[in-house]
Amino acid sequence: MSSHNSSLLAVGGKHLAVFILVALWTIPTLGLLISSVRDKDQLARTGWWTALASSESNEFYRTPTADAQTEQSGQFVIESNIFDVDQGKEVQSWSLRPTDLTAFGAGDTATLDDGSQMTLEKNGDFRWVSNEPFSHSRGQRVFYIAEVPPIFTLTNYKEVMASEGVGRAFINTMTVTLPSTFIPILIAAFAAYALAWMRFKGRMWILAIIVGLLVVPLQISLIPVLRMYTTLGGIFGTEPKSYPGIWLAHTAFGLSLAVYLLRNYMAGLPKEVMESARMDGASHFDVFRTIVLPLSIPALASFSIFQFLWVWNDLLVALVFLGQGEGKTVMTAQLVELLGSRGDNWEILTAGAFITMVVPLIVFISMQRYFVRGLLAGSVKGG
Amino acid sequence: MAQQIITAVIAIALAIGLSALFFLGSNYLLDRFLSSDSLSGDAARMKRDNLRESIRPWIFVGPAVVLLLVYLVYPVFASLWYSLLDRNANEFVGLANYAWAFQNPNFLVAVRNNVLWLIFVPTLATGFGLLIAYMTDRLWWGKLARTLVFLPMAISFVGASVIWKFIYDYRGSGEEQIGLLNALVVALGGEPVTWIAVPFWNNFLLMVILVWIQTGFAMVILGAAIRGVPEDTLEAAIIEGANQFSIFFKIVIPQIFGTVVVVWTTITILVLKIFDIVFAMTNGQWDTNVLANFMYDQLFRAGDIGKGSAIAIVIMIAVTPVMLYNIRRARADEQ
Repeated sequence: MSSHNSSLLAVGGKHLAVFILVALWTIPTLGLLISSVRDKDQLARTGWWTALASSESNEFYRTPTADAQTEQSGQFVIESNIFDVDQGKEVQSWSLRPTDLTAFGAGDTATLDDGSQMTLEKNGDFRWVSNEPFSHSRGQRVFYIAEVPPIFTLTNYKEVMASEGVGRAFINTMTVTLPSTFIPILIAAFAAYALAWMRFKGRMWILAIIVGLLVVPLQISLIPVLRMYTTLGGIFGTEPKSYPGIWLAHTAFGLSLAVYLLRNYMAGLPKEVMESARMDGASHFDVFRTIVLPLSIPALASFSIFQFLWVWNDLLVALVFLGQGEGKTVMTAQLVELLGSRGDNWEILTAGAFITMVVPLIVFISMQRYFVRGLLAGSVKGG
Repeated sequence: MAQQIITAVIAIALAIGLSALFFLGSNYLLDRFLSSDSLSGDAARMKRDNLRESIRPWIFVGPAVVLLLVYLVYPVFASLWYSLLDRNANEFVGLANYAWAFQNPNFLVAVRNNVLWLIFVPTLATGFGLLIAYMTDRLWWGKLARTLVFLPMAISFVGASVIWKFIYDYRGSGEEQIGLLNALVVALGGEPVTWIAVPFWNNFLLMVILVWIQTGFAMVILGAAIRGVPEDTLEAAIIEGANQFSIFFKIVIPQIFGTVVVVWTTITILVLKIFDIVFAMTNGQWDTNVLANFMYDQLFRAGDIGKGSAIAIVIMIAVTPVMLYNIRRARADEQ
């Protein structure tokens, strides 16, 4: 009996522990997402976890000058609304002085020193009535506490897309990513086939070098390759930093992993199928194209997802081989730039960050199954 | 904008088309010009066939080999050479760049931080990954839980940095905190802290970001290994009355230890190259520099090829043992 209870407790504890861990992993992104659709004033003032609660804020309003007055049945009246845009704000209390903001409630009428009377309604409508004509050239200040309902808006996204060059950066990132995903897969698939199924001298050497290159930090390539690009640019009169340059760099940096994973996969395909096709006179190119490639689709898919994410999310290679500027800055670099220049404008940063994350998240969530399968095929082997 | 899109589409199509054309075209040319069909006599045919089929492997592996040689093998030697030259790569200065590095307090801070990263990030990511994989193994909502933990893998290091910078955000005391961490501190009666500017401890706040990203990777791979643990060993342990903890530590972990090492190694290599997070969060200020960022500073801010290359070589030397181990294992697999 007691053991039954304690195991129930253990099961409940396990659910709770997993829940806490999952919350720790989810809350950071959730906070960013919620913040990115909040009104920017609210975002700057209160934590995103209070996003659903209405907040109070102290504000002031200056009435129109005497020019705005109208004469209504012998009295002089200035009328307006203290809220410049209708965001559902409500007046809680108000005052004519910056101290004591709770002097009057919504709907109350206050009498000013000159005998004129001012009424402020909950919805912000105010009416200022006097028996004498108004003559002031500066408006009277009205201080109030407003209750602000939660405001959710896509304004932050519009602002980021329109003015911060993110739209452009999006296209640049696409231009970098698509060829940098396709080319290494194509090259790696051919190489993997040769290393798995063709017999030729130097095969073992190439394989050993590829495995060794798996861990070479790409930092080591930056300067030599950049100098090479500069020399080539000097010879052909082209820019050293260009899209073809970064495509080839990403291709090479992804290649060792791609060849390694695909070779392991292809080497595991049934020998008999390939041998009988060869007996029938099919060339290696035919076997590759008609048998191996279709059978390798799961491995190809998982590597393409990996390479896509890696290139899309890359910062260093883009900074070095593409640089900054119109038509070149990729989204990660743009985001770093925003971090530097707009570090306090969280509405810009949150929306900007989320835009850079949308495409990889969609790819990741929709293709997760293949990605996981590929990870497992590559890593657990021999483990 | 429209013109930019058109240019991009054309460039993408050309890049993809040309690379596909290379393989199709060269195989076609090979079959066409080294065909044995027109030859008479078996010996001549055989000779031609052998020639053709000894060239074909190189069409298949050629592009990969050339790219790897140019972009990875040559740079290792070039960097070694540059690291012995002065800032403009003109004069030979011997080991002066290395001597400079090991006397530079910023370099030593970067080395210390790299060591901290190497100790904590792989350990924590593997540990959390193992824990979550084990606990979600037979949970009815385990798949959802694993997906949510895995999700940060899709987020760029820069995007993740923005996410966490927001959590570490600081407002003066008395103001309402919009950063989650300071809000918690204030709610518990503490004073808000400028987290990322507190030397030494700020390193750990940056590491949290990478642990957060990498735990999903560790979890997926270790989860698969845990599922591979034979049922009967677990059942035997349960019958003998072992509790959850001893099952985990005495039965499960020993059986998946090989996979734990693989995951650990993979994350270790990643940590050595870590650049984006430090670059985006602090740019190495407040004693948070790491080698990769320090190298970037030397190369692209100070414009010093010699010193930058020397640091790159230091990073390279640090990964060499892992590299040799990998090669040995792959060769053993092959035989």
